[in-house]
Amino acid sequence: MSGVDVTAGAGKDPGSPPSRGRPRISPAATSAAGFRTLLAKEVLRFWKVSFQTVAAPVLTGVLYLLVFGHVLEDRVEVFPGVGYTAFLIPGLVMMSLLQNAFANSSSSLIQSKITGNLVFVLLPPISNREFFLAYVAAAVTRGLVVGAGVLAVTVWFAPPPLRAPLWIVVFALAGSALLGVLGMIAGIVSEKFDQLAAFQNFVIMPATFLSGVFYSVNGLPPFWQAVSHLNPFFYMIDGFRYGFFAVADTSPWLSLAIVLAALAVASAIALSMLARGYKLRS
Amino acid sequence: MPEIAAIEVTALFKRYPRVTALDGVSLRVEQGEFFGLLGPNGAGKTTLISIVAGLARASSGRALVMGHDVVDDYRAARSRIGVVPQELVFDPFFTVRETLRFQSGYFGLRRNDEWIDEVMANLDLAAKADANMRTLSGGMKRRVLVAQALVHRPSVIVLDEPTAGVDVELRQGLWAFIRRLNREGHTIVLTTHYLEEAQQLCGRVGMLEGGRLIALDRTQALLHRLADVQVRLRLRGDLPPALRAQAVEQGDGRVRLRVGSAADVEGVLAACREAGSGIEEVEVGHADLEDVFMQLIAGDRERRAA
Repeated sequence: MSGVDVTAGAGKDPGSPPSRGRPRISPAATSAAGFRTLLAKEVLRFWKVSFQTVAAPVLTGVLYLLVFGHVLEDRVEVFPGVGYTAFLIPGLVMMSLLQNAFANSSSSLIQSKITGNLVFVLLPPISNREFFLAYVAAAVTRGLVVGAGVLAVTVWFAPPPLRAPLWIVVFALAGSALLGVLGMIAGIVSEKFDQLAAFQNFVIMPATFLSGVFYSVNGLPPFWQAVSHLNPFFYMIDGFRYGFFAVADTSPWLSLAIVLAALAVASAIALSMLARGYKLRS
Repeated sequence: MPEIAAIEVTALFKRYPRVTALDGVSLRVEQGEFFGLLGPNGAGKTTLISIVAGLARASSGRALVMGHDVVDDYRAARSRIGVVPQELVFDPFFTVRETLRFQSGYFGLRRNDEWIDEVMANLDLAAKADANMRTLSGGMKRRVLVAQALVHRPSVIVLDEPTAGVDVELRQGLWAFIRRLNREGHTIVLTTHYLEEAQQLCGRVGMLEGGRLIALDRTQALLHRLADVQVRLRLRGDLPPALRAQAVEQGDGRVRLRVGSAADVEGVLAACREAGSGIEEVEVGHADLEDVFMQLIAGDRERRAA
Protein backbone atom coordinates (compact mmCIF):
# COMPACT_ATOMS: atom_id res chain seq x y z
CA MET A 1 0.00 0.00 0.00
CA SER A 2 1.20 3.46 -0.77
CA GLY A 3 1.57 6.05 1.92
CA VAL A 4 0.28 8.90 -0.20
CA ASP A 5 -3.11 10.26 0.69
CA VAL A 6 -4.61 9.31 -2.61
CA THR A 7 -8.13 10.39 -1.95
CA ALA A 8 -7.79 13.80 -0.38
CA GLY A 9 -10.70 16.02 -1.11
CA ALA A 10 -13.23 13.27 -1.54
CA GLY A 11 -16.56 13.99 -0.02
CA LYS A 12 -16.31 17.75 -0.35
CA ASP A 13 -19.32 19.79 -1.28
CA PRO A 14 -19.96 19.83 -4.99
CA GLY A 15 -19.22 23.50 -5.30
CA SER A 16 -15.97 23.46 -3.34
CA PRO A 17 -12.76 24.44 -5.09
CA PRO A 18 -10.57 21.63 -6.38
CA SER A 19 -8.09 20.31 -3.92
CA ARG A 20 -4.90 18.40 -4.59
CA GLY A 21 -6.58 15.05 -4.59
CA ARG A 22 -9.73 15.72 -6.52
CA PRO A 23 -9.03 17.12 -9.97
CA ARG A 24 -11.60 19.59 -11.14
CA ILE A 25 -13.77 18.12 -13.84
CA SER A 26 -15.25 21.09 -15.68
CA PRO A 27 -18.30 20.36 -17.83
CA ALA A 28 -16.59 21.62 -21.00
CA ALA A 29 -13.48 19.51 -20.41
CA THR A 30 -15.56 16.42 -19.71
CA SER A 31 -17.55 17.05 -22.83
CA ALA A 32 -14.61 17.28 -25.21
CA ALA A 33 -12.55 14.60 -23.48
CA GLY A 34 -15.46 12.18 -23.23
CA PHE A 35 -16.07 12.42 -26.96
CA ARG A 36 -12.37 12.16 -27.84
CA THR A 37 -11.79 9.21 -25.52
CA LEU A 38 -14.81 7.30 -26.79
CA LEU A 39 -13.77 7.98 -30.39
CA ALA A 40 -10.20 6.85 -29.65
CA LYS A 41 -11.48 3.69 -27.95
CA GLU A 42 -13.78 2.88 -30.88
CA VAL A 43 -11.00 3.41 -33.45
CA LEU A 44 -8.53 1.34 -31.43
CA ARG A 45 -11.15 -1.39 -31.10
CA PHE A 46 -11.35 -2.01 -34.84
CA TRP A 47 -7.68 -1.28 -35.39
CA LYS A 48 -6.65 -4.00 -32.94
CA VAL A 49 -8.40 -6.52 -35.15
CA SER A 50 -7.55 -4.82 -38.44
CA PHE A 51 -6.88 -8.11 -40.16
CA GLN A 52 -10.55 -8.82 -39.80
CA THR A 53 -11.93 -5.29 -40.05
CA VAL A 54 -9.71 -3.78 -42.75
CA ALA A 55 -7.69 -6.44 -44.60
CA ALA A 56 -10.62 -8.83 -45.09
CA PRO A 57 -12.97 -6.32 -46.74
CA VAL A 58 -10.12 -5.05 -48.93
CA LEU A 59 -9.52 -8.60 -50.15
CA THR A 60 -13.25 -9.06 -50.80
CA GLY A 61 -13.26 -5.88 -52.88
CA VAL A 62 -10.32 -7.09 -54.95
CA LEU A 63 -12.00 -10.47 -55.56
CA TYR A 64 -15.14 -8.75 -56.86
CA LEU A 65 -12.99 -6.68 -59.16
CA LEU A 66 -11.04 -9.66 -60.47
CA VAL A 67 -14.11 -11.78 -61.11
CA PHE A 68 -16.56 -9.23 -62.50
CA GLY A 69 -13.90 -7.12 -64.18
CA HIS A 70 -12.45 -10.11 -65.98
CA VAL A 71 -15.79 -11.50 -67.11
CA LEU A 72 -17.40 -8.23 -68.15
CA GLU A 73 -14.52 -5.99 -69.22
CA ASP A 74 -14.98 -6.50 -72.96
CA ARG A 75 -18.73 -6.91 -72.95
CA VAL A 76 -20.05 -3.90 -71.09
CA GLU A 77 -19.46 -0.22 -71.61
CA VAL A 78 -21.53 1.69 -69.10
CA PHE A 79 -20.30 5.21 -69.73
CA PRO A 80 -18.88 6.16 -73.14
CA GLY A 81 -15.11 5.73 -73.21
CA VAL A 82 -14.94 4.20 -69.70
CA GLY A 83 -13.93 0.55 -69.45
CA TYR A 84 -16.00 -1.74 -67.17
CA THR A 85 -13.17 -2.31 -64.68
CA ALA A 86 -12.60 1.42 -64.30
CA PHE A 87 -16.36 1.90 -63.88
CA LEU A 88 -16.52 -0.83 -61.27
CA ILE A 89 -13.69 0.44 -59.03
CA PRO A 90 -15.46 3.48 -57.52
CA GLY A 91 -18.57 1.37 -56.96
CA LEU A 92 -16.61 -1.29 -55.09
CA VAL A 93 -14.75 1.33 -53.06
CA MET A 94 -18.01 2.96 -52.02
CA MET A 95 -19.72 -0.36 -51.32
CA SER A 96 -16.89 -1.46 -49.01
CA LEU A 97 -16.82 1.93 -47.34
CA LEU A 98 -20.55 1.89 -46.64
CA GLN A 99 -20.70 -1.70 -45.41
CA ASN A 100 -17.78 -1.23 -43.07
CA ALA A 101 -19.08 2.03 -41.64
CA PHE A 102 -22.30 0.17 -40.82
CA ALA A 103 -20.45 -2.81 -39.42
CA ASN A 104 -18.35 -0.68 -37.10
CA SER A 105 -21.02 1.09 -35.09
CA SER A 106 -23.50 -1.79 -35.17
CA SER A 107 -21.09 -4.53 -34.12
CA SER A 108 -19.45 -2.44 -31.43
CA LEU A 109 -22.80 -1.58 -29.86
CA ILE A 110 -24.25 -5.05 -30.00
CA GLN A 111 -21.09 -6.61 -28.58
CA SER A 112 -21.01 -4.10 -25.75
CA LYS A 113 -24.69 -4.62 -25.06
CA ILE A 114 -24.46 -8.40 -25.03
CA THR A 115 -21.27 -8.61 -22.98
CA GLY A 116 -22.54 -5.86 -20.70
CA ASN A 117 -19.52 -3.59 -20.97
CA LEU A 118 -21.60 -0.76 -22.44
CA VAL A 119 -22.09 0.15 -18.79
CA PHE A 120 -18.59 1.68 -18.80
CA VAL A 121 -19.75 4.21 -21.38
CA LEU A 122 -23.17 4.75 -19.78
CA LEU A 123 -21.86 5.52 -16.28
CA PRO A 124 -19.59 8.49 -17.16
CA PRO A 125 -20.89 12.00 -17.81
CA ILE A 126 -20.97 11.58 -21.60
CA SER A 127 -23.87 13.36 -23.30
CA ASN A 128 -26.08 11.71 -25.90
CA ARG A 129 -24.67 13.99 -28.57
CA GLU A 130 -21.06 13.06 -27.72
CA PHE A 131 -22.00 9.39 -27.63
CA PHE A 132 -23.66 9.73 -31.02
CA LEU A 133 -20.79 11.70 -32.59
CA ALA A 134 -18.08 9.39 -31.25
CA TYR A 135 -19.68 6.21 -32.62
CA VAL A 136 -20.45 7.86 -35.96
CA ALA A 137 -16.96 9.38 -36.29
CA ALA A 138 -15.39 5.98 -35.59
CA ALA A 139 -17.65 4.42 -38.23
CA VAL A 140 -16.61 7.12 -40.72
CA THR A 141 -12.96 6.44 -39.87
CA ARG A 142 -13.32 2.71 -40.50
CA GLY A 143 -15.29 3.35 -43.69
CA LEU A 144 -12.64 5.72 -45.01
CA VAL A 145 -9.76 3.41 -44.07
CA VAL A 146 -11.36 0.42 -45.78
CA GLY A 147 -12.46 2.51 -48.78
CA ALA A 148 -8.94 3.92 -49.17
CA GLY A 149 -7.54 0.39 -48.87
CA VAL A 150 -9.82 -0.98 -51.60
CA LEU A 151 -8.98 2.01 -53.82
CA ALA A 152 -5.25 1.66 -53.24
CA VAL A 153 -5.30 -2.00 -54.21
CA THR A 154 -7.74 -1.88 -57.15
CA VAL A 155 -6.65 1.38 -58.76
CA TRP A 156 -3.76 -0.37 -60.52
CA PHE A 157 -6.07 -2.56 -62.57
CA ALA A 158 -7.60 0.37 -64.47
CA PRO A 159 -6.78 3.80 -63.03
CA PRO A 160 -10.02 5.81 -63.11
CA PRO A 161 -9.70 9.57 -63.71
CA LEU A 162 -10.30 11.98 -60.84
CA ARG A 163 -12.44 14.58 -62.60
CA ALA A 164 -14.17 16.10 -59.58
CA PRO A 165 -12.31 14.92 -56.45
CA LEU A 166 -14.24 17.14 -54.05
CA TRP A 167 -17.37 15.10 -54.76
CA ILE A 168 -15.45 11.95 -53.91
CA VAL A 169 -14.61 13.33 -50.47
CA VAL A 170 -18.08 14.74 -49.87
CA PHE A 171 -19.86 11.47 -50.72
CA ALA A 172 -17.34 9.31 -48.85
CA LEU A 173 -17.95 11.39 -45.70
CA ALA A 174 -21.71 11.73 -46.04
CA GLY A 175 -22.18 8.08 -47.05
CA SER A 176 -20.07 6.63 -44.25
CA ALA A 177 -21.75 8.95 -41.74
CA LEU A 178 -25.19 7.81 -42.89
CA LEU A 179 -24.24 4.15 -42.63
CA GLY A 180 -22.56 4.76 -39.27
CA VAL A 181 -25.84 6.22 -37.99
CA LEU A 182 -27.87 3.36 -39.47
CA GLY A 183 -25.44 0.94 -37.81
CA MET A 184 -25.98 2.70 -34.51
CA ILE A 185 -29.75 2.40 -34.85
CA ALA A 186 -29.45 -1.29 -35.75
CA GLY A 187 -27.05 -1.86 -32.85
CA ILE A 188 -29.42 -0.19 -30.39
CA VAL A 189 -32.55 -1.93 -31.64
CA SER A 190 -31.03 -5.43 -31.92
CA GLU A 191 -30.89 -7.55 -28.82
CA LYS A 192 -29.14 -10.53 -30.35
CA PHE A 193 -26.47 -11.06 -32.97
CA ASP A 194 -28.88 -12.77 -35.37
CA GLN A 195 -31.23 -9.78 -35.28
CA LEU A 196 -28.34 -7.59 -36.33
CA ALA A 197 -27.29 -10.12 -38.98
CA ALA A 198 -30.84 -10.04 -40.37
CA PHE A 199 -30.67 -6.26 -40.62
CA GLN A 200 -27.33 -6.55 -42.37
CA ASN A 201 -28.29 -9.36 -44.76
CA PHE A 202 -31.84 -8.35 -45.60
CA VAL A 203 -31.55 -4.55 -45.65
CA ILE A 204 -27.98 -3.32 -46.04
CA MET A 205 -26.67 -5.99 -48.43
CA PRO A 206 -29.58 -5.90 -50.93
CA ALA A 207 -29.67 -2.10 -50.82
CA THR A 208 -25.93 -1.86 -51.62
CA PHE A 209 -26.01 -4.56 -54.30
CA LEU A 210 -29.07 -3.07 -56.02
CA SER A 211 -27.69 0.45 -56.04
CA GLY A 212 -25.65 0.41 -59.24
CA VAL A 213 -22.31 -0.79 -57.91
CA PHE A 214 -22.02 -3.29 -60.76
CA TYR A 215 -24.11 -1.59 -63.45
CA SER A 216 -25.61 1.72 -64.48
CA VAL A 217 -29.16 2.08 -63.30
CA ASN A 218 -29.97 3.72 -66.65
CA GLY A 219 -29.49 0.36 -68.34
CA LEU A 220 -32.35 -1.19 -66.32
CA PRO A 221 -35.97 -1.58 -67.47
CA PRO A 222 -38.07 1.51 -66.52
CA PHE A 223 -39.74 -0.20 -63.55
CA TRP A 224 -36.47 -1.18 -61.91
CA GLN A 225 -35.02 2.22 -62.73
CA ALA A 226 -37.87 3.76 -60.76
CA VAL A 227 -37.32 1.31 -57.89
CA SER A 228 -33.58 2.07 -57.84
CA HIS A 229 -34.34 5.77 -57.49
CA LEU A 230 -36.07 5.03 -54.20
CA ASN A 231 -32.88 3.51 -52.81
CA PRO A 232 -30.68 6.04 -50.98
CA PHE A 233 -27.66 3.82 -51.64
CA PHE A 234 -28.05 4.49 -55.36
CA TYR A 235 -27.44 8.21 -54.76
CA MET A 236 -24.36 7.56 -52.61
CA ILE A 237 -22.76 5.32 -55.23
CA ASP A 238 -23.81 7.52 -58.14
CA GLY A 239 -22.57 10.74 -56.53
CA PHE A 240 -19.30 9.10 -55.49
CA ARG A 241 -18.76 7.79 -59.01
CA TYR A 242 -19.45 11.25 -60.43
CA GLY A 243 -16.33 12.43 -58.63
CA PHE A 244 -14.23 10.09 -60.75
CA PHE A 245 -15.82 10.38 -64.20
CA ALA A 246 -17.87 13.60 -64.02
CA VAL A 247 -20.61 11.44 -65.53
CA ALA A 248 -23.42 9.86 -63.52
CA ASP A 249 -26.95 8.55 -63.77
CA THR A 250 -28.32 11.58 -61.97
CA SER A 251 -27.13 15.02 -60.84
CA PRO A 252 -24.62 14.92 -57.95
CA TRP A 253 -26.45 17.84 -56.33
CA LEU A 254 -29.67 15.84 -56.25
CA SER A 255 -27.74 12.85 -54.90
CA LEU A 256 -26.12 14.96 -52.19
CA ALA A 257 -29.44 16.50 -51.19
CA ILE A 258 -31.01 13.05 -50.83
CA VAL A 259 -28.05 11.61 -48.91
CA LEU A 260 -27.98 14.57 -46.51
CA ALA A 261 -31.73 14.38 -46.03
CA ALA A 262 -31.43 10.67 -45.22
CA LEU A 263 -28.56 11.47 -42.84
CA ALA A 264 -30.65 14.11 -41.09
CA VAL A 265 -33.62 11.76 -40.68
CA ALA A 266 -31.49 8.83 -39.47
CA SER A 267 -29.59 11.09 -37.03
CA ALA A 268 -32.84 12.47 -35.64
CA ILE A 269 -34.08 8.92 -35.05
CA ALA A 270 -30.82 7.80 -33.41
CA LEU A 271 -30.63 10.90 -31.19
CA SER A 272 -34.21 10.51 -30.10
CA MET A 273 -33.53 6.87 -29.19
CA LEU A 274 -30.56 8.00 -27.10
CA ALA A 275 -32.58 10.79 -25.49
CA ARG A 276 -35.26 8.29 -24.47
CA GLY A 277 -32.64 5.82 -23.33
CA TYR A 278 -34.31 3.33 -25.66
CA LYS A 279 -32.95 -0.15 -24.87
CA LEU A 280 -29.83 1.41 -23.32
CA ARG A 281 -31.05 3.00 -20.09
CA SER A 282 -33.99 0.82 -19.15
CA MET B 1 -29.43 23.59 7.03
CA PRO B 2 -28.28 19.99 6.90
CA GLU B 3 -25.20 19.11 4.92
CA ILE B 4 -25.70 17.95 1.35
CA ALA B 5 -26.46 14.24 1.31
CA ALA B 6 -24.17 11.90 -0.60
CA ILE B 7 -27.28 10.25 -2.01
CA GLU B 8 -30.82 11.40 -1.60
CA VAL B 9 -33.78 9.72 -3.21
CA THR B 10 -37.33 10.89 -2.77
CA ALA B 11 -40.51 8.94 -3.51
CA LEU B 12 -38.77 6.83 -6.12
CA PHE B 13 -40.98 4.55 -8.20
CA LYS B 14 -39.92 2.20 -10.96
CA ARG B 15 -42.70 0.36 -12.70
CA TYR B 16 -42.22 -2.20 -15.42
CA PRO B 17 -45.20 -3.53 -17.36
CA ARG B 18 -45.53 -6.59 -15.12
CA VAL B 19 -43.80 -5.63 -11.93
CA THR B 20 -43.15 -2.66 -9.67
CA ALA B 21 -39.44 -2.79 -8.90
CA LEU B 22 -39.43 0.28 -6.63
CA ASP B 23 -42.55 1.23 -4.75
CA GLY B 24 -41.93 4.71 -3.39
CA VAL B 25 -38.48 4.61 -1.83
CA SER B 26 -37.14 7.65 0.03
CA LEU B 27 -33.69 7.49 1.50
CA ARG B 28 -30.79 9.72 2.49
CA VAL B 29 -27.19 8.56 2.74
CA GLU B 30 -24.97 11.10 4.47
CA GLN B 31 -21.47 11.97 3.35
CA GLY B 32 -18.80 9.72 4.78
CA GLU B 33 -21.19 6.92 5.70
CA PHE B 34 -20.62 3.24 5.11
CA PHE B 35 -24.15 2.32 4.16
CA GLY B 36 -25.58 -1.11 3.46
CA LEU B 37 -28.50 -1.71 1.17
CA LEU B 38 -29.86 -5.12 1.97
CA GLY B 39 -32.63 -7.27 0.70
CA PRO B 40 -33.39 -10.60 -0.90
CA ASN B 41 -32.92 -11.09 -4.65
CA GLY B 42 -35.45 -9.06 -6.59
CA ALA B 43 -36.03 -6.63 -3.73
CA GLY B 44 -35.06 -3.66 -5.90
CA LYS B 45 -31.47 -3.02 -4.75
CA THR B 46 -29.92 -3.01 -8.20
CA THR B 47 -32.80 -1.00 -9.66
CA LEU B 48 -32.31 1.65 -7.00
CA ILE B 49 -28.58 1.81 -7.66
CA SER B 50 -29.11 1.89 -11.42
CA ILE B 51 -31.38 4.91 -11.11
CA VAL B 52 -28.92 6.74 -8.86
CA ALA B 53 -26.09 5.95 -11.33
CA GLY B 54 -28.15 7.04 -14.35
CA LEU B 55 -28.28 3.56 -15.88
CA ALA B 56 -32.03 3.38 -15.52
CA ARG B 57 -34.77 5.97 -15.35
CA ALA B 58 -37.27 6.27 -12.57
CA SER B 59 -40.97 6.17 -13.43
CA SER B 60 -41.37 8.99 -10.91
CA GLY B 61 -39.52 10.51 -8.01
CA ARG B 62 -36.14 12.14 -7.72
CA ALA B 63 -32.55 11.07 -7.09
CA LEU B 64 -29.63 13.33 -6.16
CA VAL B 65 -25.92 12.55 -5.90
CA MET B 66 -24.04 15.11 -3.79
CA GLY B 67 -26.96 17.45 -4.36
CA HIS B 68 -27.02 17.03 -8.14
CA ASP B 69 -30.09 15.66 -9.87
CA VAL B 70 -29.17 12.48 -11.75
CA VAL B 71 -31.30 13.48 -14.75
CA ASP B 72 -31.24 17.30 -14.96
CA ASP B 73 -27.65 17.68 -13.79
CA TYR B 74 -26.34 14.27 -14.84
CA ARG B 75 -22.81 15.45 -15.63
CA ALA B 76 -22.19 16.69 -12.13
CA ALA B 77 -24.00 13.74 -10.57
CA ARG B 78 -22.19 11.07 -12.57
CA SER B 79 -18.75 12.59 -12.10
CA ARG B 80 -19.24 12.26 -8.32
CA ILE B 81 -20.26 8.63 -8.21
CA GLY B 82 -18.34 5.46 -9.02
CA VAL B 83 -20.20 2.20 -9.47
CA VAL B 84 -18.86 -1.33 -9.31
CA PRO B 85 -21.45 -3.33 -11.23
CA GLN B 86 -22.64 -6.70 -10.06
CA GLU B 87 -21.93 -8.55 -13.31
CA LEU B 88 -18.33 -9.42 -14.10
CA VAL B 89 -18.18 -7.36 -17.29
CA PHE B 90 -15.09 -6.38 -19.26
CA ASP B 91 -14.06 -5.25 -22.72
CA PRO B 92 -12.01 -8.08 -24.29
CA PHE B 93 -10.26 -5.77 -26.76
CA PHE B 94 -8.10 -3.96 -24.23
CA THR B 95 -5.44 -4.35 -21.56
CA VAL B 96 -5.98 -3.37 -17.93
CA ARG B 97 -4.13 -0.08 -18.37
CA GLU B 98 -5.99 0.79 -21.58
CA THR B 99 -9.28 0.00 -19.87
CA LEU B 100 -8.45 2.33 -16.98
CA ARG B 101 -7.12 5.10 -19.24
CA PHE B 102 -10.27 5.04 -21.33
CA GLN B 103 -12.48 5.04 -18.25
CA SER B 104 -10.55 8.00 -16.94
CA GLY B 105 -10.87 9.84 -20.25
CA TYR B 106 -14.65 9.37 -20.27
CA PHE B 107 -14.67 11.44 -17.10
CA GLY B 108 -12.58 14.17 -18.65
CA LEU B 109 -9.28 13.13 -17.04
CA ARG B 110 -6.81 12.53 -19.82
CA ARG B 111 -3.52 12.66 -17.92
CA ASN B 112 -4.31 10.53 -14.96
CA ASP B 113 -1.60 7.86 -15.06
CA GLU B 114 -0.24 8.64 -11.64
CA TRP B 115 -3.55 7.94 -9.99
CA ILE B 116 -4.23 4.94 -12.24
CA ASP B 117 -0.91 3.44 -11.12
CA GLU B 118 -1.83 4.14 -7.53
CA VAL B 119 -5.19 2.43 -7.82
CA MET B 120 -3.63 -0.55 -9.60
CA ALA B 121 -1.00 -0.85 -6.87
CA ASN B 122 -3.65 -0.78 -4.15
CA LEU B 123 -5.66 -3.49 -5.84
CA ASP B 124 -2.60 -5.64 -6.63
CA LEU B 125 -3.13 -5.14 -10.33
CA ALA B 126 0.21 -3.59 -11.22
CA ALA B 127 1.73 -6.84 -12.45
CA LYS B 128 -1.23 -7.29 -14.80
CA ALA B 129 -1.26 -3.72 -16.15
CA ASP B 130 -0.41 -4.78 -19.69
CA ALA B 131 -2.31 -8.06 -19.72
CA ASN B 132 -5.38 -8.31 -21.90
CA MET B 133 -8.62 -8.35 -19.93
CA ARG B 134 -9.57 -11.69 -21.49
CA THR B 135 -6.61 -13.41 -19.86
CA LEU B 136 -7.44 -12.37 -16.28
CA SER B 137 -9.02 -14.63 -13.69
CA GLY B 138 -12.45 -13.80 -12.30
CA GLY B 139 -11.00 -12.27 -9.16
CA MET B 140 -8.64 -10.07 -11.17
CA LYS B 141 -11.47 -8.93 -13.41
CA ARG B 142 -13.40 -7.98 -10.29
CA ARG B 143 -10.47 -5.85 -9.12
CA VAL B 144 -10.37 -4.06 -12.47
CA LEU B 145 -14.08 -3.28 -12.06
CA VAL B 146 -13.30 -1.71 -8.70
CA ALA B 147 -10.40 0.23 -10.23
CA GLN B 148 -12.64 1.47 -13.04
CA ALA B 149 -15.10 2.82 -10.49
CA LEU B 150 -12.30 4.76 -8.78
CA VAL B 151 -10.43 6.34 -11.73
CA HIS B 152 -12.24 9.66 -11.35
CA ARG B 153 -11.94 9.69 -7.53
CA PRO B 154 -15.67 9.78 -6.91
CA SER B 155 -17.02 11.09 -3.61
CA VAL B 156 -19.57 8.29 -3.54
CA ILE B 157 -18.62 4.68 -4.27
CA VAL B 158 -21.34 2.14 -4.87
CA LEU B 159 -20.55 -1.55 -4.79
CA ASP B 160 -23.28 -3.84 -6.04
CA GLU B 161 -22.73 -7.32 -4.58
CA PRO B 162 -18.95 -6.96 -4.94
CA THR B 163 -18.04 -10.21 -3.24
CA ALA B 164 -20.41 -12.54 -5.03
CA GLY B 165 -18.27 -15.49 -6.08
CA VAL B 166 -15.06 -13.94 -4.79
CA ASP B 167 -12.50 -15.93 -2.82
CA VAL B 168 -11.75 -15.15 0.82
CA GLU B 169 -8.36 -13.56 0.19
CA LEU B 170 -9.68 -11.05 -2.32
CA ARG B 171 -12.68 -10.38 -0.12
CA GLN B 172 -10.43 -9.42 2.81
CA GLY B 173 -8.15 -7.31 0.63
CA LEU B 174 -11.06 -5.59 -1.02
CA TRP B 175 -12.70 -4.70 2.27
CA ALA B 176 -9.44 -3.38 3.70
CA PHE B 177 -9.12 -1.06 0.70
CA ILE B 178 -12.77 0.02 0.76
CA ARG B 179 -12.58 0.70 4.50
CA ARG B 180 -9.55 2.86 3.91
CA LEU B 181 -11.39 4.82 1.22
CA ASN B 182 -14.24 5.28 3.67
CA ARG B 183 -11.86 6.54 6.37
CA GLU B 184 -10.45 9.00 3.88
CA GLY B 185 -13.87 10.54 3.36
CA HIS B 186 -15.53 8.57 0.61
CA THR B 187 -19.13 7.59 1.10
CA ILE B 188 -19.58 3.87 0.54
CA VAL B 189 -22.84 2.25 -0.43
CA LEU B 190 -22.82 -1.51 -0.45
CA THR B 191 -25.50 -3.89 -1.57
CA THR B 192 -25.12 -7.43 -0.44
CA HIS B 193 -27.09 -10.38 0.66
CA TYR B 194 -24.21 -11.56 2.84
CA LEU B 195 -25.68 -10.11 6.00
CA GLU B 196 -22.63 -10.95 8.02
CA GLU B 197 -20.56 -8.69 5.80
CA ALA B 198 -23.03 -5.86 6.16
CA GLN B 199 -23.09 -6.28 9.93
CA GLN B 200 -19.32 -5.99 10.12
CA LEU B 201 -18.89 -3.10 7.70
CA CYS B 202 -21.93 -0.89 7.60
CA GLY B 203 -22.70 1.78 10.16
CA ARG B 204 -26.24 2.06 8.87
CA VAL B 205 -28.41 -0.18 6.77
CA GLY B 206 -31.57 0.06 4.72
CA MET B 207 -33.60 -3.05 4.04
CA LEU B 208 -35.57 -3.39 0.86
CA GLU B 209 -38.31 -5.92 0.32
CA GLY B 210 -40.65 -5.96 -2.65
CA GLY B 211 -39.45 -2.54 -3.77
CA ARG B 212 -40.15 -0.89 -0.43
CA LEU B 213 -37.85 0.24 2.32
CA ILE B 214 -38.92 -1.77 5.36
CA ALA B 215 -36.16 -0.65 7.70
CA LEU B 216 -33.62 2.16 7.80
CA ASP B 217 -31.50 2.52 10.88
CA ARG B 218 -28.06 2.27 12.40
CA THR B 219 -26.90 -1.32 12.25
CA GLN B 220 -26.50 -1.47 16.04
CA ALA B 221 -29.94 0.01 16.65
CA LEU B 222 -31.43 -2.50 14.30
CA LEU B 223 -29.72 -5.31 16.18
CA HIS B 224 -31.04 -3.90 19.45
CA ARG B 225 -34.57 -4.04 18.12
CA LEU B 226 -34.28 -7.70 18.83
CA ALA B 227 -33.14 -8.31 22.36
CA ASP B 228 -29.39 -8.50 22.45
CA VAL B 229 -29.35 -11.96 23.99
CA GLN B 230 -31.16 -15.03 22.81
CA VAL B 231 -31.52 -18.35 24.63
CA ARG B 232 -31.98 -21.52 22.64
CA LEU B 233 -33.49 -24.39 24.62
CA ARG B 234 -34.38 -27.99 23.99
CA LEU B 235 -37.14 -29.05 26.30
CA ARG B 236 -38.72 -32.36 27.09
CA GLY B 237 -42.03 -30.75 28.07
CA ASP B 238 -43.87 -27.60 26.99
CA LEU B 239 -42.64 -24.07 27.22
CA PRO B 240 -44.11 -22.46 30.35
CA PRO B 241 -46.95 -20.06 29.36
CA ALA B 242 -45.17 -17.16 31.07
CA LEU B 243 -42.31 -17.38 28.58
CA ARG B 244 -44.38 -17.70 25.40
CA ALA B 245 -44.33 -13.98 24.63
CA GLN B 246 -40.54 -14.10 24.41
CA ALA B 247 -40.38 -16.94 21.90
CA VAL B 248 -38.84 -16.01 18.54
CA GLU B 249 -38.97 -19.45 17.06
CA GLN B 250 -40.59 -22.60 18.32
CA GLY B 251 -41.01 -26.16 17.14
CA ASP B 252 -39.71 -29.69 17.50
CA GLY B 253 -39.14 -29.31 21.22
CA ARG B 254 -36.70 -26.53 20.44
CA VAL B 255 -37.35 -22.92 21.26
CA ARG B 256 -35.54 -19.65 20.83
CA LEU B 257 -36.29 -16.92 23.37
CA ARG B 258 -35.49 -13.27 23.51
CA VAL B 259 -34.20 -12.01 26.84
CA GLY B 260 -33.16 -8.53 27.91
CA SER B 261 -29.66 -9.40 29.05
CA ALA B 262 -27.47 -12.28 30.14
CA ALA B 263 -28.71 -11.87 33.70
CA ASP B 264 -32.25 -12.70 32.61
CA VAL B 265 -31.16 -16.12 31.41
CA GLU B 266 -31.29 -17.37 34.96
CA GLY B 267 -34.95 -16.39 35.28
CA VAL B 268 -35.80 -18.25 32.10
CA LEU B 269 -34.12 -21.41 33.33
CA ALA B 270 -35.81 -21.14 36.74
CA ALA B 271 -39.22 -20.74 35.11
CA CYS B 272 -38.63 -23.87 33.03
CA ARG B 273 -37.52 -25.82 36.04
CA GLU B 274 -40.52 -24.77 38.10
CA ALA B 275 -42.92 -25.73 35.32
CA GLY B 276 -41.17 -29.09 34.99
CA SER B 277 -40.36 -28.51 31.31
CA GLY B 278 -37.18 -30.58 31.54
CA ILE B 279 -34.25 -28.72 29.97
CA GLU B 280 -32.08 -30.91 27.71
CA GLU B 281 -29.91 -28.31 26.02
CA VAL B 282 -29.12 -24.63 26.60
CA GLU B 283 -27.33 -22.28 24.24
CA VAL B 284 -26.93 -18.54 24.75
CA GLY B 285 -26.16 -16.25 21.80
CA HIS B 286 -26.76 -12.88 20.17
CA ALA B 287 -29.28 -11.93 17.56
CA ASP B 288 -27.66 -11.15 14.23
CA LEU B 289 -28.71 -9.08 11.28
CA GLU B 290 -30.23 -12.11 9.68
CA ASP B 291 -32.65 -12.49 12.59
CA VAL B 292 -33.64 -8.86 12.29
CA PHE B 293 -33.98 -9.23 8.58
CA MET B 294 -36.14 -12.34 8.74
CA GLN B 295 -38.33 -10.82 11.37
CA LEU B 296 -38.81 -7.58 9.46
CA ILE B 297 -39.62 -9.38 6.24
CA ALA B 298 -42.08 -11.69 7.96
CA GLY B 299 -43.71 -8.70 9.66
CA ASP B 300 -43.92 -6.81 6.40
CA ARG B 301 -45.47 -9.75 4.58
CA GLU B 302 -48.05 -10.21 7.33
CA ARG B 303 -48.96 -6.53 7.20
CA ARG B 304 -49.40 -6.67 3.46
CA ALA B 305 -51.46 -9.84 3.61
CA ALA B 306 -53.78 -8.26 6.18
